[in-house]
Order: sequence, then C-alpha cells, then structure tokens
Amino acid sequence: MSRRTNLYLTAGALALPLIALPAFAQGAVSSEWRWLTFAVFAAIIGVTMFVTFLAAKRVKSASDFYTAGGGVSGLQNGWAIAGDYLSAASFLGIAGLISLYGYDGFMYSVGWLVAYITVLLVIAEPCRNIGKYTLADILAYRNDPKKVRVVGAISVITVSTFYLTAQMVGGGVLVKTLIGIDYEISVIVVGILMLGYVLFGGMVATTWVQIIKAVLLVTASILLVMFVWMPYGFSLPGFLQAAVGDAKVQGQVAALLGDASKNMSAAELGQRFLEPGLLFKAPIDQISLGMALVFGTAGLPHILMRFFTVPTAQEARKSVIWAMAIIGGFYVLTLFLGLGAAMNVGAINIRAVDPGGNMAAPLLAQFVGGGPDSFLGNLFLAFVAAVAFATIVAVVAGLVLAAASAMAHDLYVGVIRSEHVTPQEQVKAARIATVIVGAMAIAIGIAAKGQNVAHLVALAFAVAASANFPCVLLTLYWKRCNTGGIMAGMVVGTLTAIGLVLVSPNMTYPLAAKAAAQKVVDGSVARYAALSEAATSGDAAKMARAEKDRSTLDKAVAAAKANLEKFRDERTSLVGLEKPLFELRNPGLISIPLGFLAVILGSLLYRDKRAEEMWDELYVRQNTGILAAKAHAH
Amino acid sequence: MSTAALGATGQRAPLNWAAIDADPRFQSLHEKKVRFLMGLMIFSVAYYFLLPVGAAYFPELFRIKVWGPMNVGILFALSEFVVAWGIAYYYARRANREFDAMARELIADAENIGRTS
Repeated sequence: MSRRTNLYLTAGALALPLIALPAFAQGAVSSEWRWLTFAVFAAIIGVTMFVTFLAAKRVKSASDFYTAGGGVSGLQNGWAIAGDYLSAASFLGIAGLISLYGYDGFMYSVGWLVAYITVLLVIAEPCRNIGKYTLADILAYRNDPKKVRVVGAISVITVSTFYLTAQMVGGGVLVKTLIGIDYEISVIVVGILMLGYVLFGGMVATTWVQIIKAVLLVTASILLVMFVWMPYGFSLPGFLQAAVGDAKVQGQVAALLGDASKNMSAAELGQRFLEPGLLFKAPIDQISLGMALVFGTAGLPHILMRFFTVPTAQEARKSVIWAMAIIGGFYVLTLFLGLGAAMNVGAINIRAVDPGGNMAAPLLAQFVGGGPDSFLGNLFLAFVAAVAFATIVAVVAGLVLAAASAMAHDLYVGVIRSEHVTPQEQVKAARIATVIVGAMAIAIGIAAKGQNVAHLVALAFAVAASANFPCVLLTLYWKRCNTGGIMAGMVVGTLTAIGLVLVSPNMTYPLAAKAAAQKVVDGSVARYAALSEAATSGDAAKMARAEKDRSTLDKAVAAAKANLEKFRDERTSLVGLEKPLFELRNPGLISIPLGFLAVILGSLLYRDKRAEEMWDELYVRQNTGILAAKAHAH
Repeated sequence: MSTAALGATGQRAPLNWAAIDADPRFQSLHEKKVRFLMGLMIFSVAYYFLLPVGAAYFPELFRIKVWGPMNVGILFALSEFVVAWGIAYYYARRANREFDAMARELIADAENIGRTS
C-alpha cells in the first residue's frame, strides 16, 4: 500500500512543474510563444493558398471542380485519401486514447485501417469505372435517376453534415485548447479558409491541401517517434519495457482500476497497460462499432468522391494501396506516440489540458523539444498545432465538397433541371452550393458550441454503413437490385441508424445525470474534510497535492451543481425517454443488416424494367472499365 | 479505349452489352474475380473481428507474454496491420497480372462482340 502511495506522490510531484504553468489557462501554447504558432500557421496557410491560386486557373468545368478533371495520379490520390481520412479525431484522438488507456486505444485504431480492405476490394474500382462526380451517380446508373438522386443526395448531405458538425466543433475546441483563440473565431477562421480553398480551387486545391496536410502529419509523427524511440535503441521490447516500468504509466493503471488494483505490484500494473479492457467494457458495442467502421468507410461520400479524381481503375487501385500504407503506417506510429506521451508527459498532465486525451501528441512534441520553456519545445508544439489546424481544414474541405456536389450536381442539375444545364451553369451551381454548405457548417459549428459531438462521427459511419454501403454494393453486384431497393435501403438504413442512436445511451438522460451529479455533491463533503487534513499536515508535497486536488474537486462540484440546476425540471431525454431503450452506443450491429434487408426486400417487391435491362451494361463496365474515359469526355 | 469512348457519344453503333456479358471471356473474368474477392473479403472481415472478440472473451490468451513485455494481444494487433497490407498486396498483384489483362482483351474486342459482320 505504501509503495502505491509513494508511486502516486512521485507521479504527482513530477506533474507539478508542468501543471503549474499559467499557459494552460489559455491554451497549451503559452502566450509568449504564440507568435511562433502563428508563424507556422501562416507558413502553412501561405503554401496552401498559393496552391489554391495555381489551382484556380485550372478549374473551368464541373469536372475540374468536382474531380480535378480526373487528372490526379494514384500516388497523389493515395496521399489525398490519407489527408481526407486522418481527421483530428484519429490524429489526436487515437494517440490520446493510447496515452490514457494503452492497449484498448491501439486496438481501436485497427478498424480504421481494415476499413480500406472493403474500399479496395469491392468499391474503389467499380466506382471509378462507372461513376462520374457523386455517390448518387453510381445509383442513378441503372435505377430511376431522379428518385435515387433525391434519396442519395439526402443521405450524402446527412452523413456529411454529421461528420462536418463533429469536425467544426472539434476543430473549434482544439484551436481554443491549443492556442487560446476564442471558439467562435476559430470556427469562423476554419470555415472561411476552407471556403477559400474549395470555392476557388475546387477539387484541385482540395486535393493539394489534403496532400500537404498528410505529408506534414506523417513527417511530424515520424520525427516525434524518432525522438521518443531513439533512447531505447529502436528496440520494440526495450521501448515497451520502459513503458511498463514507468511510474506514471503504473499510476494511471492504478487510477483506472481503482480498488481492483490494490493487490497488484508495480510491475503488474505497468504490464496491465498493454492488456485489453482498460477502456472498452462492452464487447458487443465494440463489435458494432467495428462493423460501422469496416463497412461505413466504403460508404463515406467524401472518400468515394476521391476515386472519381483518378483516370482509371488501375490508378484507383494504386491509390487505395498507397492510402493503406500511409494510414496503416500512421496508426502504428500512434502506438509510439501514445505510449511515449504516457511515459514522458503522463496521463495526469494530458488530462489536465483535455480530459479526452486529445492533447497527448502536442504535449509530447513540446516535451521532446525540451519542455514548455524551450524554443525547440515550443517550435515543435507550434508545428503539431499547425498540423492539427491544417488537418481540420483539409477534412472539412473534402466534406463540404461532397455535400455541395450532392446539392448542386444531384439535386439541382439532376432533379430540378433534369440535366438541362450549360457547363457554365454547372460550375456556378457548384460554387453557390459550396457557399451554402460552408455557411451552414460555420453556423452549425457556432450553434453546437459546448455540445458533446463525439458520437456524431460514429453516427456518420453508422449511416454510411447502413444506407450508402448496402445500396452501392448491391446495385453494383446484385442483378435484381432496383430503384425500389435503393429507396427502401436509403430510408431504412438512415432512419434506423439515427433512430437507434436517439434512444441509445449516447443521449443525455436527466434522471441519470442528476443522480450522478448528486453523488458527486454528496461525496464531496468527506473528500473536502480529507483534503483539509492533508493541507495542514506540514508535508510540502502533500500540501501541494491537496491544493491541486482541491481545485479539481471544486471544479467537479461546480459542474455537478450546474448539472443539477440545468436538469432540475427535466425527467426525460430529447425523445422523451427516462432511460435508454437500446443499450448499444453504436447502432451498426442492428442497422447494417436492416439496411441490407431493406434493399433486398424493396428490390424483390418492386418492378423496374430499366434496372434489369441496364444490368449487363453496368456489370460489364464495372468489371472491365470499358468507356471509363466517358465520364471525363464531358 | 478511345475508340470505345467514341461509341458512347453516338458516332458509332452502341456496344452490345448483353453479348459481352455472355462472352465466355467475360464470364471467366467475372467468375474468377467474384470468387477471389468474396474469399478475400470474408477472410479479412473474420480476421479483423477476431481482435475485439479475442480481447473481450479471451483476455487470458492476450495476456500471455511472448517477448519481454510484448504479449499475444500486442502481437495480434500488429498482425492485423501486416495482414491488411498483405491482402492489399495480394489483391493488387492478382489484379495487375490477371484481371487487367483479361479486361484489356475484352476492351479491345468490345466492338466486335455480338456483331455478325
């Protein structure tokens, strides 16, 4: 027991110099070093703006705007896919999860790579062979174009908006946490920059912004890993041995396990960090999330859209292979980033800046550069912060382009104007839709301030996996699939995914929230008493720790009281429930099979001669690439 | 491929898709490809789900130390990356060598299939 107390104290004492910094009050970057962050930001923005300026000259037709004229190479597209996909959630989030929960965080990253096997094997090449600009183009090939464009566009806009909201809110919080700029200002800056790239440079600029961002991200990660791994002679067991032997890591495991860790030795605690179960307690939920990732990525409109930018199926294939190498390599690096942050920065300090662990990688960068007072440490932090910022802008640009193409190309040109538009009108429609979606993104970002949006990314994947994926897959591979099936699948997949989340534990349940808050308030009395005792004990280390604990406790009690007040007259969640109807946080396990079932039943119950007649053409084309050049002849 | 593209713009007679579909060369491509992709897809999904299932239901197995602090769980998670890359490499090799050549042959001959000239 005394050994453990000792361990806590060591961890606490080590933590103090970092925590005491006033910088954390405004952001991870202290105010005297902010100019450095802005300088790195300005350099990155300058380069991307220059690229946009060059790109703008090349954007003349709708094909240029939506797909860069199909002139992107496989290698370029591979980097752009990585740039489009590695959002701040995966870049900062997964490193953070590993730094706080060890093995479970790393296990979480695997699904994000495996998802690309589905994209590679069944989606990328057929989509390139028969698609043009949007997901609905694939569905409209042999089904009633107007009907499927309407449902397809609604689904694309739904998925993109969920994802976009999460990115805007996450981005605003991130920039605020990193450099202390006001939330609203960061949302507006991200929105305007992104609009600048997309509006003037279309897909050409978006592609290059994503490539630049991916290269920066990978470079930063490799450099950080070099610094972290070098002391152990680049030995993997050596590095892991250092992690499990680290007092901060052991302290974090003890804190996570609570009473269960009482009889464990320090070595056992450390080793436990590399074993499953510290984060994920509900295996069925994990499997459900895994299904949404593995099948949902292939239905994400902004990822599908990237395959229309390459000239041939061979280049599409090459681009997924490159993307898998980059994305997979990056996730392997996050293992080192996460464990490195757990050892060098420590979970206590990471959580002090952001309870979700998102600051693990930036704080690690600061540490390896020499700490919060050094020039190099702050340069590294500024660089990682700037990469995080570029990440948000690049991902948001891809999402806005996907949503705008659904609005302009599918709804306006395809449905309202029945394809009777001049090329100039098409580009104009695309730009107007971009401004609408961009303005909407900024408005939603500001309106959703302070909301918990983390589950929106999971919801976007769930809708993509339950609606888009079954529809695209079956229209490509199942002869009997037709308009009825697509309509049913889109509607059922989207509604069940959203509906199940609305009645799931993701929502706020006032009764449970009040009970939890009450418990904090009730329990605080005894803890305050214990802290007062420690504060007068005369032991300097104990007193300092008590001081810190007291401020943490003050915050927790204040938050609990605010919650009690907020939910005082409420008993039910947004949809009128006292407790969740459905226990899974992720709906994929139920909604994906339902989506497939809806496409199958809808197709069998509906007669559609055109879908049958067009099958031979679609199937031959998706397999061989005959006429693939047609899409760009326009 | 450029001559085929001309066909789509109406300068030449449209392709006879039903005949291409029925062509033994296309049928052979389709059968090989579907069997290959289905097998690979089932294997990759099954292999992936072994990870969360194993972590949840067989934690004792994942805890077994293999090499210093390195345990079965870490090795298995790392193997997921290797297997994913392996599948990608295997598919690309087969597609580059076999499927592309079969498709090229069909593209070159597309305009003649199903025509009695």
